[in-house]
Amino acid sequence: MSALAYAVADTAVIAKRNLLRIPRQPDLWVSFTIQPIMFVVLFVYVFGGAIQTPGYDDYVDFLMPGIIVQTMSFGGFVTAIGLSDDLRKGLIDRFRSLPMARSAVLAGRTLADVVTNTVSLAVMVVVGVLVGFNFTSSSLEIVAGFGLLLLFGYAFSWAFAFVALVSNSAEGAQALGFMVIFPLTFLSSAFVPPESMPAAIEAFAEANPVSTVVDATRALFLDAPAGNDVWAAVLWCLGLIVVFAGLSVYRYKRAVSS
Amino acid sequence: MADAAIAVEGLRKRFGDVQALCGIDLSSPPGTILGLLGPNGAGKTTAVRILTTLLPPEAGSARVAGLDVVKDAAALRSRIGLAGQYAAVDENLTGWENLEMVGRLYHLGGKPSRERAFELLDRFSLNDAADRLAKTYSGGMRRRLDLAAALVARPPVLFLDEPTTGLDPRSRLQLWETIEARVAAGTTVLLTTQYLDEADRLADRIAVIDHGRVIAEGTPNQLKDRVGGERLELTLEEYDQEPAAIEALAPLADERPKCEHGILVMPFDKSRGDIADAVRRLDAANVEIADIAVRRPTLDDVFISLTGHAAAPDEEEEQQQEQEREEAAA
Repeated sequence: MSALAYAVADTAVIAKRNLLRIPRQPDLWVSFTIQPIMFVVLFVYVFGGAIQTPGYDDYVDFLMPGIIVQTMSFGGFVTAIGLSDDLRKGLIDRFRSLPMARSAVLAGRTLADVVTNTVSLAVMVVVGVLVGFNFTSSSLEIVAGFGLLLLFGYAFSWAFAFVALVSNSAEGAQALGFMVIFPLTFLSSAFVPPESMPAAIEAFAEANPVSTVVDATRALFLDAPAGNDVWAAVLWCLGLIVVFAGLSVYRYKRAVSS
Repeated sequence: MADAAIAVEGLRKRFGDVQALCGIDLSSPPGTILGLLGPNGAGKTTAVRILTTLLPPEAGSARVAGLDVVKDAAALRSRIGLAGQYAAVDENLTGWENLEMVGRLYHLGGKPSRERAFELLDRFSLNDAADRLAKTYSGGMRRRLDLAAALVARPPVLFLDEPTTGLDPRSRLQLWETIEARVAAGTTVLLTTQYLDEADRLADRIAVIDHGRVIAEGTPNQLKDRVGGERLELTLEEYDQEPAAIEALAPLADERPKCEHGILVMPFDKSRGDIADAVRRLDAANVEIADIAVRRPTLDDVFISLTGHAAAPDEEEEQQQEQEREEAAA
């Protein structure tokens, strides 16, 4: 077998390993099912009444694409916690002492996390419809929207893989992750229109790739004019994947358990 | 030594301000056990991590199974097995799933990996637990599973980093027997331990490491001979007879006998008298003895005489090791 064939086979072995683990860690389900539902309830029923979203009949229509994007980014925590755990327990040492591809542990991890993100996405879509969200676009556009969201989630899994590898513990990875994810998701077009923010924050929100992905998702779900948002969102995601996959694999090669 | 399974020369490694290895030389012929003995923080784990390609050395050379640990790292990984201090098994996989996964990652192929997993579970008496998640295993079972994982690819060289730390005596003995069986079958083992009895029982040769240096090397018997010959140990019936006992036995030794808590210890030189002589002298001095024994030095004595401290871990050294790890991670 060629090196590439081995890399693919090793990635599949690790992905299978991580998938087998999912049903055996029910405490982890909370983070990708219950938690996003709580966010929906909070924003729709608590904050929603006070938020003005010109151009949208109902705040739910504005909110759901944004909150699903945030949920996808939170999927990165599953990646980070899983990797930190493997580092702490010495499993990464074992993997690094094996003749397996250097990229496989991370590629298998992030691939398996696409599955948890898919579960999260399904939960969010069902909850969204229950609280009154209306898809008004074609089914092709909706499917494209799902694809974009999973690609975005995959990109964040790679970013969080890097966060886990540079942190000394799962707690450290979570703290660092929150410091990145909160400004990125809240200072964006996900929850309120950027026009309602002070000028400096509005400028940040407009430039924020999370806003690009949120706007693209709205366009794909609500049949709104997308402009170049969809292509820009795809490019952002691919760029993040290339950068963080490269950084993470480089870091993995020298990873040390603590 | 071209034929050595493990050949290390001048190996150095630094973590920040800590020089973890200050140029160590090691050599081990195939089919033998080399024991690395030393307290926590001595550099044992660092040496193992370099030899298993997990860490790059700062200087020096190391060859394992004829392959260079830096230049031939990729090829070397299929020829070594590693069982670590922390039993590195996936707690959320079953015993069988763990071993099958490792087999596939050694690229043994699907069917051989599945069969090898069953075979090893059988050999390590884990059949009944094959389909249970590893998190339900006892400490001893986890160590056995960890060791089984290290043996999946039948590696010619096996690295065991403190394989029995934290195990109960029975599990320890079982693990020792398993390791001995592997060596009888031709495997070379590098074993680190802070337990002297473990090194004594298992190792063909021992390298004593302290503060990143090999401070002594040899067979267990050679090391014991270095701290001198046999010693006489006497337990007195009455503490207050200590001075009388010391006076009575002083002519039999160059050094003045030492006595503490009613136990008298002295170097025992057969050319100057024997046990019967010692007993006669004590009897003449009206000293009553509860017990008398001639004792060979233990590795404990070796360790204390070489390093000036006992092998048992102390807090300061644990902190130092902790610091090394953190710096290694940074």
